Amino acid sequence: MATSERLLQIESLYLYFRTTKGVVQAVDGINLELGRNEAIVIIGESGCGKTSLARAILRLLPRNVHKYTGKVFLGDLNVMELSEEEFRQHIRWMRISMVPQAAMNALNPVLRVGDQVAEPAIIHGGLTKREALEQAIKMFRMVGVPEDFASRYAFELSGGMRQRVAIAMALITSPELVVLDEPTSALDVLTQANIMNMLKSIKWDLGVSYILITHDISTSSELADRVAVMYAGQIVEVGDALRFFQSPLHPYSRKLMNSVPRLRVDMEPEFIVGQPPSLIFPPKGCRFAERCPQRFGRCAEDPPIIAQNGRQVKCWLYA
Amino acid sequence: MSVTPEPLIQSTISTSPTEAPFCPVMPVLSIQDLHVWFELRQWGFFLAGYVRAVDDISFDLAEGEAIAIVGESGCGKTTLMRTILGLVRPTKGKILFANKNICELGTIGLREYRSHMGYVQQDPYGALPPFLSVRRILEEPLIINGVDDRGERERRIRKALEEVKMAPVEDFLTKFPHMLSGGQQQRVVIARAMILGPKILVADEPVSMLDASVRVEILKLLEGLRRTHNLAVIYVTHDLSTVRYFSERIFVMYAGKIIEQARVNDLIRHHQHPYTRALFEATPDPDAHNATVLKDVPPGEPPSLVKPPPGCRFHPRCAWKIDGLCEVEEPPYFEMRPQHLVACWLYR
Repeated sequence: MATSERLLQIESLYLYFRTTKGVVQAVDGINLELGRNEAIVIIGESGCGKTSLARAILRLLPRNVHKYTGKVFLGDLNVMELSEEEFRQHIRWMRISMVPQAAMNALNPVLRVGDQVAEPAIIHGGLTKREALEQAIKMFRMVGVPEDFASRYAFELSGGMRQRVAIAMALITSPELVVLDEPTSALDVLTQANIMNMLKSIKWDLGVSYILITHDISTSSELADRVAVMYAGQIVEVGDALRFFQSPLHPYSRKLMNSVPRLRVDMEPEFIVGQPPSLIFPPKGCRFAERCPQRFGRCAEDPPIIAQNGRQVKCWLYA
Repeated sequence: MSVTPEPLIQSTISTSPTEAPFCPVMPVLSIQDLHVWFELRQWGFFLAGYVRAVDDISFDLAEGEAIAIVGESGCGKTTLMRTILGLVRPTKGKILFANKNICELGTIGLREYRSHMGYVQQDPYGALPPFLSVRRILEEPLIINGVDDRGERERRIRKALEEVKMAPVEDFLTKFPHMLSGGQQQRVVIARAMILGPKILVADEPVSMLDASVRVEILKLLEGLRRTHNLAVIYVTHDLSTVRYFSERIFVMYAGKIIEQARVNDLIRHHQHPYTRALFEATPDPDAHNATVLKDVPPGEPPSLVKPPPGCRFHPRCAWKIDGLCEVEEPPYFEMRPQHLVACWLYR
């Protein structure tokens, strides 16, 4: 985990959007590290900036960007210094790929899924069409899609199969890092478990790293080596999964864990009172203070990130 | 169907009163031998077969009882709900409500019946008309059901909003659905379902579109409404982990049939059917250990309901299949213990 070779390092990454109501501070000074063959999950409520963080890493930005700064090291290379063309040619899909949210519903309906999976290998990998198709079929085998499905269209496939196709598309260029944005949220329980199994085996066999973005904490534990909790555009806690799931540190993480209904333990879930703050005018000081049962005087100041036995938490309680 | 399963044992009187805080006495809704088959037409003309969305389902729902129907998409649970709400006419079977078979009611009878049923849809944003204010949304069912007095309507709208904890009411009355958060939208949907004072509330995946932290809040709200109004609640979901806290009996559906039913605690401790076991295995709890092992879940996908597999419908995916039996004969219900029925040959 912490000892493994570093793959990705994000330093004070900011991504703000301009809207008619004001500037949305979606990603607000994020620091994050990821090792090779490591999976980190980013959990948080909707609107906390998880997806924006993924987009910031892959530089898939909308037009209304107000501020996009920070450093993103992939190995030793700061990819933020690359031009758009260099980034497109050498980084996106070649070294970092993504399974976007609801990817299974975004497949092109008039292309055969085999051709669609092969496309990144042709455009980014420079393979010929035939080589790319062979590669696509290899990917299909790996993600558990029958080979003859390559000549089918997306509408002929079930949801689980389409999601597998979307994952195959992200893996065909053998990237080092795959960003998975809610990969199983619209799927049935058994299909979800099958896809999680598949993602796990791929991680063990190929040594890829994952950034898994989800609001489903139970499912996230299927893949997590480390957990990062996001709240209102900031990361409030990062730590290894084992200790996080046993005893989360930040009051928000604890509340979040208590809101998870558990099947095997008889513990009635509780909900978090209140709503997350607006990202247009986020409160000064700790952003969770308003909903926090343990707030005290100091919470009016912005808490620093405090190291706590190899874990990091952004809360004055640990100062 | 060559073999008809034995009829369900319809005992709703609890054997252990400690497990049932609301001792079910009288069924408010009784479903008997229900079949909903949709015709498939070739070239819009020839009968090409049936989609057997609901195939021989029977159960009783007691007054004030919360039941859960658990199953994957395509198992027929939504069709079952739509039939119970009187939106789909069954091919065969009866739905008895207040000693009337609702399948035989005409338009006026059905309207009266539906006023006793509340429906909470899965996607609140899709379920609320975007061009109506919250007040108008809640007023609509009152107008349709003949509440002519304006003041009375206003009073009931306010009461309904207070009941779903949307306070202060004035702030919300003039708002449109897009101005509300997902949780608030779902509250409006619940208020609309409750405004006519129903006896039964049908909640079709009421929280699957909502954020994890809001889910529990909405489920607790439904639970509170059930207790204060002695409502019977049918909670349809694919998420076993919430079922445990928000229902008393569970029915597990697979490919149009109920394959296992039991009281909640019984099912959690002693689930028997291989499919139910797979559902339990596949439902994770937040535990770092999950990342180190592969789950033992059956491969494949639920069968087509046009040509369901003969015999037990789960047999093509089942690891415990008994050759020469499971693929030939449909399993009847075996009673494991009181009120716990399993349709599986392993327990013959």
